[in-house]
Amino acid sequence: MNEYTIQSLNIMWQGMFGIFTVIILIMLVVIILTRMTNKK
Amino acid sequence: MDFSFLLDGITSVTWQQLVMYAIGGLLIYLAIVKEYEPSLLMPMGFGAILVNLPLSGAINQTMEGIGNVNGIIQWLFETGIEASEALPILLFIGIGAMIDFGPLLSNPKMLLFGAAAQFGIFFAITVATLLGFDLRDAASIGIIGAADGPTSILVSQILGSKYIGAIAVAAYSYMALVPIIQPFAIKLVTTKKERMIRMPYNPGSVSKLTRILFPIIVTFIAGFVAPMSVSLVGFLMFGNLIRECGVLGTLSDTAQNILSNLITLLLGITIAFSMRAEEFVTYHTLLIMGLGLIAFVFDSIGGVMFAKLLNLFTKNKVNPMIGAAGISAFPMSARVVQKMSLKEDPENHILMHAIGANVSGQIGSVVAGGIILNLVARFL
Repeated sequence: MNEYTIQSLNIMWQGMFGIFTVIILIMLVVIILTRMTNKK
Repeated sequence: MDFSFLLDGITSVTWQQLVMYAIGGLLIYLAIVKEYEPSLLMPMGFGAILVNLPLSGAINQTMEGIGNVNGIIQWLFETGIEASEALPILLFIGIGAMIDFGPLLSNPKMLLFGAAAQFGIFFAITVATLLGFDLRDAASIGIIGAADGPTSILVSQILGSKYIGAIAVAAYSYMALVPIIQPFAIKLVTTKKERMIRMPYNPGSVSKLTRILFPIIVTFIAGFVAPMSVSLVGFLMFGNLIRECGVLGTLSDTAQNILSNLITLLLGITIAFSMRAEEFVTYHTLLIMGLGLIAFVFDSIGGVMFAKLLNLFTKNKVNPMIGAAGISAFPMSARVVQKMSLKEDPENHILMHAIGANVSGQIGSVVAGGIILNLVARFL
């Protein structure tokens, strides 16, 4: 396993974590937004 | 009389250029006969022939007695892609204007699959490093798994990969092959019983205000968490805001049709600059095609496995095939999943769920592109 592979494994978990963070934040905002606008 | 100047071209042909004529011909064949992404593969195929003609005037040449002569395809590449990444970025306005996020906004849980189905990108990056590619090239190759041509071109260009031509060809070819790749990958990791899971569709209503605020909020979130994704996400969401705001109908139409068509037309032939024989005819191109396939397969597997994981903790089971629809190839992936579902059970309609996941994949892929740029920059 070379140096780049170790870096790529780091990129893998950090990247997936980052994508899920962004997507979950968007999901939460969408849920809140939908509830707020539907109440009116 | 000396007519040798008429033979300058034909006597300069190399075997690598002959290979590129065959590849160009193959791309044109696939585009016209098989209708595989014809709007991109046809210009790329013809462009591959143009840039590989000996002493081609389509790329810069140094002519004896005259000096440097500029070529149009090289100029388009240097200006529209290398200097500014303008062509792929502007295309996102058109794509954003085409997307209806309604099915996703009415069922926000589907957003998660757009994240999970990006797994193939990172898996392919790791395999690429194991095969000897450096991090810059490995990341550029992995992004083929975004199943999103403009994102692949943009990321590989920003990272300065020398394989941008092969990456673009792989990205667009595999997007066209989604109906073949995805059923294979899905069946690898699902049982018939899982593929028959029914999902009731009870969409919530989506207000106009939500539709308008959505692109703005997504831009803020992506911008704060993954700043490098702003050019991608921002232009995608700008296009979507034009669509949803309700007061820019003409601009929305222009973005969806004229702008998209014009840029697509130029993008294919411009990318052909990176398909010059000396760069393209190497065994690396074959490796990249193989890695692109791995990325697509593991995207689908990642999405399916995530759906199966969710099923362990939720009461309302998700058909795991929905997870595979979380890639960016829209609407092809959703249609593939729906077709597979109907094949297992003619009464099982999961199209709207699949479309929600598929639309989410379009957000997930551009976010992935931005995050990869951020992360790779930290490691270089």
